[in-house]
Amino acid sequence: MSVETSFKYDKDYVSKFSESRQEPQWLLDLRLRALELAQQLPMPKPDKTKIDKWNLTEFNHISSKENGTELPEQVKALIGEDSEAGNLLVIQNGKTLRSSVTEELTSQGVIFTDLATAVKEHGDLLQKYFMNDGVSVDENRLTAIHAALVSNGAFIYVPKNVEVKAPLQAIYFHDDEQAGLVNHVIVAAEDNSSVTYVENYLSMNNEAESVSNIVSEVFAGSGAKVVYGAVDNLAKGMTSYINRRGRVGRDARIEWALGQLNDGNTVSDNTTHLVGDGSFTDTKTVNIGLGDQKQNFVAQIFHHGKSSEGYILTHGVMKDAASSIFNGITKIEHGATKSNGEQTERVLMLSEKARGDANPILLIDEDDVTAGHAASVGRIDPIQLFYLMSRGISKAEAERLIIHGFLGPVVNEMPLESVKKRLVEVIERKVR
Amino acid sequence: MSTPNLKIENLRVSIEDKEIIKGLNLEINGGEIHAIMGPNGTGKSTLSSALMGHPKYHVTEGDVSFNGEDLFEMEVDERAKAGLFLAMQYPSEVSGITNADFLRSAINARREEGQEISLMKFIRELDKKMELLEMDSSFAHRYLNEGFSGGEKKRNEILQLMMIEPKIAILDEIDSGLDIDALKVVAKGINEMRNPEFGCLIITHYQRLLNYITPDKVHVMMQGRIVKSGGPELAQRLEAEGYDWIKEELGIEDETVGQEA
Repeated sequence: MSVETSFKYDKDYVSKFSESRQEPQWLLDLRLRALELAQQLPMPKPDKTKIDKWNLTEFNHISSKENGTELPEQVKALIGEDSEAGNLLVIQNGKTLRSSVTEELTSQGVIFTDLATAVKEHGDLLQKYFMNDGVSVDENRLTAIHAALVSNGAFIYVPKNVEVKAPLQAIYFHDDEQAGLVNHVIVAAEDNSSVTYVENYLSMNNEAESVSNIVSEVFAGSGAKVVYGAVDNLAKGMTSYINRRGRVGRDARIEWALGQLNDGNTVSDNTTHLVGDGSFTDTKTVNIGLGDQKQNFVAQIFHHGKSSEGYILTHGVMKDAASSIFNGITKIEHGATKSNGEQTERVLMLSEKARGDANPILLIDEDDVTAGHAASVGRIDPIQLFYLMSRGISKAEAERLIIHGFLGPVVNEMPLESVKKRLVEVIERKVR
Repeated sequence: MSTPNLKIENLRVSIEDKEIIKGLNLEINGGEIHAIMGPNGTGKSTLSSALMGHPKYHVTEGDVSFNGEDLFEMEVDERAKAGLFLAMQYPSEVSGITNADFLRSAINARREEGQEISLMKFIRELDKKMELLEMDSSFAHRYLNEGFSGGEKKRNEILQLMMIEPKIAILDEIDSGLDIDALKVVAKGINEMRNPEFGCLIITHYQRLLNYITPDKVHVMMQGRIVKSGGPELAQRLEAEGYDWIKEELGIEDETVGQEA
C-alpha cells in the first residue's frame, strides 16, 4: 500500500527540536523511530467513520506566539475551587504558563509537572511509562506522529501508599490558530496510592484549521485508585485524534469521567485494560455534536484479570446535521473468570439531519462471566415537548430541559463538582 | 381585568384524516365550572388536546377565541402563557428534570426577565400546595412524573394547576385511576381555585367527581358534538339512569364517533 508522505517534519528538524529541549537520548531515539514509522504506518481506521478526508497530519508544530505572564480570562474561568489547594498546571499553546504543586505533595514524593520539565528532571521515571505499555508508538501513523512531535503535557507520579486528596488540575489552552496541539498526559499511581486528575482542553480556532493529537496513559498499580476527569472543548477548526488509555492492576480502579464536547471533527478512543484480578473501571461519557460535525467515540474495556469489573455509560446528543458513531466494546478474555462487563449507550437526536449510531459490542471468550448491554437511539418525543410547552415553556427551553434531563444522569454521576459545573456550562452553551 | 372567556364555535378536529369533533360549540367564562360527560369514544379527550394544541390533532374548521384572541394562531406555549391549562389524562414522564425545577421554569416563563419568582416564595407556595394535596415533599425533587403511579401523576397535574394559576383550565379525566380519598383531595384542590377569575372545563365519564365539585353547567358529548346541556341535575340523572335515555331521545344508536346515521 502506498502511503502519502507529505509530512513536513524531517529527521533533522526532530533532532534539533529534541536537542533544544535537552531531552535524554532514549526520547530522541524514540522520536526518530516514530518519525520513520510515521512515513510507513497507515492511518487509524475508526469503525464506521471515514476520516480519509480529514486533515490529521498537516499542522504547524510549534507555536511562535508569545504567552503573556497573566492567566488568560478563559483559563481563569476554568480554575475550580478544587484547585485552590495550589495544584495547577496551565499550558498555553504548548508552552507551560503555570506549574504549581503544594509542598505537602512534593515532600511525599508526588510529581505533578509539565512534560517538558519531566523530560529534563524525571527522565528515567518517565521512560518507564512513556508510550510503552499504554499507547504504543507503532499503532498507526497518528500515534507515531504523536511520539515524534509531542511538545508538552503533564506528568503525574504518585508513590506507593500516598493518597493525594486534593484534585490535580491541568488546563490546556490553545489560542494560537496557527499551531497544532500535540499533548501527552501520564498518570502513574503506584500501589495503594490514590489521585484525582482533572483536565480541560480549550481552543479558540473556530475558523482557522488545526490539528490536535492527544494521548493520555493512566496506570493504576495494585490497590491504587485513579479518578480521571476531562472536559474536551476544542473549537470548530480543530480536528482531533484523542487516545486515553488505562491499565489497571490487581484490586485497583480507574474511574473515567469524560465530557467529549469538542466542536470540531473528532476521533476519541478511551480504552482500559483490566489487567489485575479484581480490577475495576468505570467509563462515563457525555457527548454533544452540532453543526456538520463528525465524531467517532470508542469506549472499550478489556478484561484480562479474574473477577474484573468494567462499566460503560455513554449519553450523546446530536443536533443540526451532526453525526456520531458510538462504539462500546467489552472484551472478556479467556481466563477472566467471574468478570462482569456492562454498558449502556443512549443517543438523543434533535433534528431530522442529525445522526447517531450506537453499537454496543460484547466479545466474550470465557464462560464463567456476566455481561450486559443496552443501547437506544431516538428523537425528542413530540408528546414530551407538547407537555412541557403546555405549561408555558418555549420550545427552545423545553428542548433544553429535555437535553439536560437526558444528560443529567451521567453529569450527576461525575466524580468532581468542578467537572460537573464545567460540563453543565459547556452543555448549556452548546444546546442553546 | 376582564373575565376569562373561552369561546368555541363550530369546531371540527381530525386525527390522521379521521374526523373526531364534528361541529362543537361551547363557551366558558371565568367563575364557571363546566363538565363534559359522555361515554368513551365520543371525542371528549380530542377536544381538550386540540384546544391545547397537541401535535397529532388537526383543527379543520371552526373558531376558538380565548379572551378575545384567536387561539389557533398561538403556539402551544403561547396558549399556556395566555392562561390556558390542560391537566392531562396521560402526563409525560421527563427524566432528569425535577418537579420543582420544572414548575419554577413554568412559572417564570410567564414572567418578565428580572421578575422571576424568588426561590423562597416559590418553595413556600409549593410546600403549601403540596400539603393541601397531601403529597409527600419528596415529590418536589423527583424527576417529572417519572415512576409516579397513576394517582400521583394526577395529583401532580393539579399541583401544577394550582401553582401556575391559569385563567381557564381543562381537566381531562383527572378522576380516572383515583381512589375515593385521592378524588376528594383532587376536588379540594380544584375547589380551592374557584373564583371569578378562573373558569374550568372538567371532562369525565363518571359523575362521582361532580359529587365533590358542583358544576355550573353539564354537557353531554356524543358522536363528536355536544348533544345535551343542562345544570348539575343533568349529571345526577346520568348517574342514576345512564346515557340510554339521551340516545333514545335523540335517536342515536351508537354514540361513538363515526357511527352517526
